[in-house]
Amino acid sequence: MRRGFAPWADPSAKPLVRFESVTKRFADTFAVDALSLDVYAGEFFALLGPSGCGKSTLLRMVAGFEAPDSGRVLLAEDDIAGVPPYRRPVNMMFQSYALFPHLTVLNNIAFGLKQERLPKDAIAARVADMLRMVRLEALAARKPHQLSGGERQRVALARSLAKQPKVLLLDEPLAALDKKLREETQFELMDLQSRLGTTFIIVTHDQEEAMTVAHRMAVMNRGRIAQVGTPAEIYEQPNSRWVAGFVGDVNLIEGKLAAGTAGATLLEDARGRRFHAAAATPAAIGAPAAFAVRPEKLRLTATPPAPDAINTVGGEVIDIGYLGDMSIYKVRLDDGAVLKAAVTNVVRLAERPIAWEDRVWVSFAPEAAVLLTC
Amino acid sequence: MGRRFSLFNLTAVALGLAFLYLPILILVIYSFNASRLVTVWGGWSLRWYHELLNDGPMLEATRNSLAIAFCSATIATVLGTLAAFALTRLGRFRGRLPFVAMIYAPLVMPEVITGLSLLLFFVAINLDRGFLTVMIAHATLTLCFVTVVVQSRLVSFDRTLEEAAMDLGCPPVRTFLIVTLPLIAPAVVAGFLLAFSLSLDDLVIASFTTGPGATTLPIRIYSEVRLGVKPEINAICTIFITIVAIVVIVASILTRRADGQAA
Amino acid sequence: MNDRPARRRSSGEWLIAALPYLWLIAFFFVPFLIVLKISLSQAAFAQPPYTPVLDLTAGLAGLRDFLHGLSLSTYALLASDDLYLLSYLKSLQIALVSTAILALLGLPLAYGMARAPRRIQPVLLMLVILPFWTSFLIRVYSWINILQRDGLLNDALLALGIISEPTTWLASDTAVYIGIVYSYLPFMVLPLYATLQKLDDTLLEAAADLGCPRWKAFFLVTLPLALPGLAAGALLCFIPIVGEFVIPDLLGGSRTAMIGQTLWTEFFANRDWPVASAIAVVLLLVIVAPIAFFESLQAREIERR
Repeated sequence: MRRGFAPWADPSAKPLVRFESVTKRFADTFAVDALSLDVYAGEFFALLGPSGCGKSTLLRMVAGFEAPDSGRVLLAEDDIAGVPPYRRPVNMMFQSYALFPHLTVLNNIAFGLKQERLPKDAIAARVADMLRMVRLEALAARKPHQLSGGERQRVALARSLAKQPKVLLLDEPLAALDKKLREETQFELMDLQSRLGTTFIIVTHDQEEAMTVAHRMAVMNRGRIAQVGTPAEIYEQPNSRWVAGFVGDVNLIEGKLAAGTAGATLLEDARGRRFHAAAATPAAIGAPAAFAVRPEKLRLTATPPAPDAINTVGGEVIDIGYLGDMSIYKVRLDDGAVLKAAVTNVVRLAERPIAWEDRVWVSFAPEAAVLLTC
Repeated sequence: MGRRFSLFNLTAVALGLAFLYLPILILVIYSFNASRLVTVWGGWSLRWYHELLNDGPMLEATRNSLAIAFCSATIATVLGTLAAFALTRLGRFRGRLPFVAMIYAPLVMPEVITGLSLLLFFVAINLDRGFLTVMIAHATLTLCFVTVVVQSRLVSFDRTLEEAAMDLGCPPVRTFLIVTLPLIAPAVVAGFLLAFSLSLDDLVIASFTTGPGATTLPIRIYSEVRLGVKPEINAICTIFITIVAIVVIVASILTRRADGQAA
Repeated sequence: MNDRPARRRSSGEWLIAALPYLWLIAFFFVPFLIVLKISLSQAAFAQPPYTPVLDLTAGLAGLRDFLHGLSLSTYALLASDDLYLLSYLKSLQIALVSTAILALLGLPLAYGMARAPRRIQPVLLMLVILPFWTSFLIRVYSWINILQRDGLLNDALLALGIISEPTTWLASDTAVYIGIVYSYLPFMVLPLYATLQKLDDTLLEAAADLGCPRWKAFFLVTLPLALPGLAAGALLCFIPIVGEFVIPDLLGGSRTAMIGQTLWTEFFANRDWPVASAIAVVLLLVIVAPIAFFESLQAREIERR
């Protein structure tokens, strides 16, 4: 399902959910600032950003609990302003799960179906399907306070999918789970989404989560969208220093554009060192710019480099963070700047060649650098 | 945990509870005293309870009190719940401050003032004093207690439950009936019971606002007590205490169970 | 979330506030206006026993006559007769002393409850509340059993040899104090307990860590933090005690009456409605002062944060 699925690349495709220059203010701050975004049917879309960036507000606008001060929210090309939440073909999975404490698991899941006044056997059949889907058949008669956190989360999921909504909104659904459970549930969610084909919009502040589950994600900051793209696009081609720093770790080399052609750019830093990137030159010579290099793309070696080596600087290892699968080396360069290099621990501990206070050389390939001008 | 609860603390609590319960215990015990005098113990007897059953005016006063308490508590519960919703859900609206003041004033105001003002009001509008006036007076007095109880429950009520209900297709009024109300019901019932017992207990306001045929139990007891201790009074008090104790214990068990569910 | 711009309110929402609001205006606010009006009237041998009476059918002339009839003569009477002043002072004295005693007794009890094991705290709370739910009148009355001349207190004291002949406990200020403290104890304990229970244990651990002995920590840490609860309890007790009627009437002596009793006597015995109303108005003003003071303290506290 994932391979080749890219409705956003199709110019004739119509988005399922569209935000058209939407603005929302609370007191004197902009929660959402003239934001436009398209989400296509069948997508697992993530809204990622720090707290207060407006992602939850956007979600609630689709659900119907907030209305934009200006701009439009369209669902299947219809303006849904004025349509109350109980009449929208959209369902939400709340961060706190919001399970009705006085109803059993079965009645919680059946709640939405009962509002549609479906015949009793149809409701029973659908609820049974949902229980099977989340593997909670044995707990149907329990009340929420008798369930564990993970079980409650599955009930909330089943309840929100019972009505087969066009869009499922998930508000930080995995925040309360521990790491192992969170990872398992992420894959379950992806599996569910591709099987059902329902459009999922998830709000999260956990970038790993967003990158794992989403087809595409929007990184938000202070009510605006910083960048929209697939996880790979955002990670490997951030469009700004902020996005580069927010999603994953990054090393930034600041400087001025020294020279450039269609396929390569030269950056000169304050000390006059020159770095090469395999990217087109976006601005005039002399303009300030930065190279963003991810830690895992830095090569670390104790052997002094050849005299004509490019993109190589020397420094001293000041810290090593051992994470088990990889180690993070902090290298202080001769001019005082600190770079982070992430090295997979291919060999076991006793045999590693680089240690504290070693003199090392850090280098990166021109293809590994991303050129940023903002 | 035991380290926190020192001997001093234990003594303080024990003495405090003893002080609170001793006079009541004495009263209960002496209601079974065969002898008329408090100082003489004549053996166990149900004599005074028998005499109580033959005491016509006392029984009528009891009937009046129960009826007034039930009616006024119902009105107070409805209005008090509405007021609690207004205070927690409507935010800052114009006229909120006087509203709050009027709701909470009876909580602290001396009853002679509220009783006097209500009687003067009834006289001014030419309303005959009796069952109706006492009921109105009690409803007004106990309204604020219901509001306090329901409001404290509403403040901690999880509003995302209402959002979830609406998200699943439930319009606002139905959401209130099948989601909100069942979950705040224990508080509403507790408020009703509180209003009920406050009405049952009130002497001052009832004295001001009562009329012929609407003598309440406290008024009756008070008029008898002024003539001295009567063992019959001990008997009716014991009955009263027993009923209230059962009601309070049941109410607190219900509240505990509801809290456990909501957690 | 608190600073949402005001939404248009649906009519249903207005109804929620309107119903109790109207009830309270009719049965709480308007009666007070009437009390005020009658305090400005004169007693009369008529039904109702005061004049002037507003006769709306007499039109504008009636209104004019009505306003002419109002006067401050009743207040002049209150000011001139020592009886009333002494009654007010007595009430204030009893209220202040009782509140102090209640604080002294309530604090250890509330503190003990707050320090008890978590599991039994709800039980303790219920035990303290239970007497409050049983009749006020009954509880006051139960003391008569004990305090009367041939009652249990004298019995016990005689048996212990502390006194040689029965003392009169009833019909005295002492009995009134006992009755008041007994009846109002839950009102003092509950707010105190609510505040003390929220006290962070780690604060006391920090005090101990910094070298402060347990008893000193109580005065330097616990007590200052319990002050809001103490203030709430004090207010909850002081104000109703000032206007208390039942307790001084049943347990007190006939020398100086508290203001609640004076009001009652003026109204029921002397049938002097204007004087009773005037007493009520002055009492209200006397009470408003502590409330206003308390509110200004609270407002300053909030500003400071």
